[in-house]
Amino acid sequence: MACAGPASSGRPMEKRVTFDNRLLPYLLLTPQLVVTIVFFFWPAAQALYQSLLLPDPFGLGARFVWFSNFEYLFNDRYYLQSFVTTAVFTFFVTLVSMSVALLFAVMADQVIKGAGAYKTLLIWPYAVAPAVAGVMWLFMFQPSIGVIAFYMKAVGIDWNPVLDGGQAMTLVILAAAWKQISYNFLFFLAGLQAIPKSLIEAAAIDGAGKWHRFRTIIFPLLSPTTFFLLVVNIVYAFFETFGIIHTMTSGGPGQSTTILVYKVYSDGFVGQDLGSSAAQSVILMVVVGILTVIQFRFIERRVHY
Amino acid sequence: MVEKQGFGTILMHAVLIIGIAIVCFPIYLTFVGSTLTHFEIIRPPMPLVPGPHFIDNYSEALTSGITAPVGRMLFNSFVMAMGIAIGKIAISILSAYAIVYFRFPFRMFAFWAIFMTLMLPVEVRIVPTYEVVASLGMLNSYTGLILPLIASATATFLFRQFFMTVPDELVEAARVDGAGPLRFFKDILLPLSVTNIAALFVILFIYGWNQFLWPLLITTRPEMNTIVMGLKQMMPTADDYGNWPVTMAAATLAVLPPVAVVIFMQRLFVKGLVETEK
Repeated sequence: MACAGPASSGRPMEKRVTFDNRLLPYLLLTPQLVVTIVFFFWPAAQALYQSLLLPDPFGLGARFVWFSNFEYLFNDRYYLQSFVTTAVFTFFVTLVSMSVALLFAVMADQVIKGAGAYKTLLIWPYAVAPAVAGVMWLFMFQPSIGVIAFYMKAVGIDWNPVLDGGQAMTLVILAAAWKQISYNFLFFLAGLQAIPKSLIEAAAIDGAGKWHRFRTIIFPLLSPTTFFLLVVNIVYAFFETFGIIHTMTSGGPGQSTTILVYKVYSDGFVGQDLGSSAAQSVILMVVVGILTVIQFRFIERRVHY
Repeated sequence: MVEKQGFGTILMHAVLIIGIAIVCFPIYLTFVGSTLTHFEIIRPPMPLVPGPHFIDNYSEALTSGITAPVGRMLFNSFVMAMGIAIGKIAISILSAYAIVYFRFPFRMFAFWAIFMTLMLPVEVRIVPTYEVVASLGMLNSYTGLILPLIASATATFLFRQFFMTVPDELVEAARVDGAGPLRFFKDILLPLSVTNIAALFVILFIYGWNQFLWPLLITTRPEMNTIVMGLKQMMPTADDYGNWPVTMAAATLAVLPPVAVVIFMQRLFVKGLVETEK
């Protein structure tokens, strides 16, 4: 597995032999740096600056207000609620998609016939865009036309995610978890295949049953993969599920599926509350920063395995 | 395997087959929906086997669609996905080359500046990025769709990582033979990187094709919509019955290119996924 990034400092990260040229390296770097500055650093600086401003109601000017946008956010019931919503959403998406993927991976690792075909059939949902996944799941579960919704109602379930926040949340969790199964499956399968078969055989000879072997040998050896996937899934649920929320519920009913990323969008573009949206962006940048650091620290550790 | 294959194996096959059926069902149902009439869908339950209206629905979707012809949106998506994939690879391989093979002032500064972008996904800085693109007059253009998404720390790191494994002897040999840095890049490094480029291309194509929020914001004219975001516009809403079969045909067409890439380039896809870890 490639380990990238500054986390690998300490091990050789410099070439012994290099070229001498004064101008060329700058020319080579220019395209990437220009794009990075114009579309990353400038907007990020804008977000930082705007988060300290309060635009007047007519949009003509803005007043510098220090941290009052942040103060306001942390006293805003809806914003705090959105944190809880995001936590619930992230927890269940991660739990459902990882456990289902692990089950499939353990099975696919053991069957000999057809393993390749199973793999192919399980990985292609990765290619479905989150927004398209949302449309597909809505098509099945929409209360008025969805075919699964129809049969749920036929067996007496009062299914109406358009009005019931809990049901809406269940629906977006299912769609988001479904989309991520392929990715988790692929990494779990690779992790399982890397475990030496001799270890498992030795345990079997000592009389350890299947479940016992899984619990005491396979699962602990899989923990680096599991931890890596945990971080990836949290990042996914936080930042890459916008399309699912937007196509399925638009954050509703009420605010019941408004995760943090969705709130940045809806407050900024729909509510036109730029100061608050910018402050939320800044808070999310801090969250991404923390997650990225965790990811890299962990990758660094795993290289030593 | 460790134990005798028997009932357990049959059980495992059964779990896998049921699992695949569940995983594939949403996509299957979407396809079925695209072959029925609108009437069959809005009066549930809809049939669970494909109907005879495949050609009608798809030709209607491709040529007229609902908001704009789906053919046009597919083209836009294709341009965007190719632009992002090629653009990202091009600027990343150049910057990685500069960082690995040259020593110059501000080298580590450039490295960190690129690294920081990992921490700023477009969803997070969406409002200010929109303002920047709007002020540059790039709304409703391919440039506006592509450029802001092509800076990528991941691709740069992948190439840097790969270059570090290329033996130093190759540089020495090239220098002895009188090859300059550009010649070395073109004739030695680039050919060695082909597999990495291809693997990365597969991942980036899917990434670009599946973009949603960005095109949603910056393409206000229907003929500039990409298919993934255009689909949202086509969805029937509470006060509009819409046209479900055409929408489902569009959904099927929207997943076809990236799914084909995953299936037919599976080996490269897996390699790319594992190496970018993103």
